[in-house]
Amino acid sequence: MKILVAVKQVAALDEDFEIRADGRGVDPDFLIRDLNEWDDFSLEEAVKIKEASSGPVEVVAVSIGPDEVDESLRKCLAKGADRAIRIWDDAVEGSDSIAIARLLAAAAGREAPDMLFAGVQSSDQSFASTGIAAAALLGWAHAAVVSSLTYAPGAKTAIFRRELEGGLLQEIEIQCPAVLTIQLGINTPRYASLRSIKQAAAKPIEVLTPADIGVGDGDVGEAGSLSRVRRMYVPDKGRAQLIEGSAAQQAARLAEIIREFKGAAP
Amino acid sequence: MSGILVVAEQRRGELRPVSLELLGAAQILRREGDTVAVAVMSADPGRFVAPLSVAGVDEILTVQVAAAEFDPDTVESAVAALIADRKPDVVLVAHSVDSFGYAAALAASLGLGFATDVFKVERIDGELVATRGGYGQKINVEVDFPGRRTVLLALRGGAFKPPEQAASPRITGFAPPPVQSRATGREFIEMSAGDDIDMTAAEFILTIGRGIGEEAKVPQFRELADAVGAALGCSRPIADAGWLPKSRQVGQSGKTASACKLYIAMGVSGAIQHLAGMKHVSTIVAVNSDSEASIFGVAKYGIVGDIFEIAEELRSLF
Repeated sequence: MKILVAVKQVAALDEDFEIRADGRGVDPDFLIRDLNEWDDFSLEEAVKIKEASSGPVEVVAVSIGPDEVDESLRKCLAKGADRAIRIWDDAVEGSDSIAIARLLAAAAGREAPDMLFAGVQSSDQSFASTGIAAAALLGWAHAAVVSSLTYAPGAKTAIFRRELEGGLLQEIEIQCPAVLTIQLGINTPRYASLRSIKQAAAKPIEVLTPADIGVGDGDVGEAGSLSRVRRMYVPDKGRAQLIEGSAAQQAARLAEIIREFKGAAP
Repeated sequence: MSGILVVAEQRRGELRPVSLELLGAAQILRREGDTVAVAVMSADPGRFVAPLSVAGVDEILTVQVAAAEFDPDTVESAVAALIADRKPDVVLVAHSVDSFGYAAALAASLGLGFATDVFKVERIDGELVATRGGYGQKINVEVDFPGRRTVLLALRGGAFKPPEQAASPRITGFAPPPVQSRATGREFIEMSAGDDIDMTAAEFILTIGRGIGEEAKVPQFRELADAVGAALGCSRPIADAGWLPKSRQVGQSGKTASACKLYIAMGVSGAIQHLAGMKHVSTIVAVNSDSEASIFGVAKYGIVGDIFEIAEELRSLF
């Protein structure tokens, strides 16, 4: 039995970031990279299922990205993934979430897992679409924003709850294999121990090109994307009226706002 | 037809308000001769005709489906059939939990131009351009869709104005293709109360976010909220960590703080889902040590400073 977990190395902006000269991206020197927060939860969910299973279960982390992504994959290996796959060549640069999904689907086709997990969204681009697009390309059942899951590897169905707007949940039974996008809070991701970090260094990261998994150059990068970034820019700053002064002065003004509200309230 | 197809969203017999916002966005993109059609999928689609009969809608497509509630397989096959039949240039859906479950699948299967979480739409030199946020709303990203005959956009809730006038659009029944659904919806569950607070009724909410740093700090903010007469709420990370019950979580996926008029957010950076859930509040005061935090973009008043210091000073005044 096997669970494939799609992970992304996301980028956050450094304080004094700059937009690239062509205006279509952020200068990479100003990006701070880390494993996507959602993916920490989907990896944990897979590892928990593995640990609870009576039979053997393999957890495989897969990511699409250049060399530096190995750092995030090592993190996954330290937190319990058995092995990792990284897919990249320069033609993948400029891919949108759908082109990435094409590579993810091809990797899943090759690995033939019983379940594919992805995060609900990434913290940097927030497309919320890669996992579900991959499901369509695989022809698998799919569901988004899963906040609790009951699944035994190899079972024909899984039962989960999806988290809707306004504090509502819905329980669903779904046929497997399926793609589930995992919501924050579904579990408590573990910290990697020093020992597991050391062990992770010995676990394999297989590096593949799109061609290795049967994806042509025309299906990735800008040519394989359904959208193209035209321009990035810094929006006008917020319109909040700043309350200045010492902490005491700021708190005094805040107290005034509260009293005004209470005075006006019926 | 060339024109715009809007996919309305409903849940448990109620039209979700974002559906009307999509119709507002359709008016921005509408060109001369374009038709705006809105499709509603339900076991009983007729009940949504009245609320969808608003200005700017030419046609309501009632699509009767077997699934009583949202089902990805059902929606994907019905919308694909509608696109094949109507050949719209633009398809508008809500950026919502439901669309997270089908929009990307539809775009990938049909090769549609595609963007999600779009808060601005326009035509520049005749080309459709959508704007979305990136890097925690710190950057705006304009995208276009070269060579795509049909573009599917998932629009952010609260970003577009719904039409106000009523109208009498044409009503057409549309028979969707048969579908074998691979998922079975069971019951809906209200997030458990956990304690006795009803956040939906609270008019004054003081919320704590990641900025409080550790669970041990929760009691002092609980005490502060009591002192100033506010209900204590929290953002997602606090509820996920179990520091406060889920029933205290406000924002899009938490309880709808629909009655809230004064909202003080302490140490909440403002994830888009949180901001979207609190946008309706007339007075938002954000207290955060990071002057770049996105919450300052929606707040009426901002205090850049140490939340513990402000909390302590504020406590001494009540």
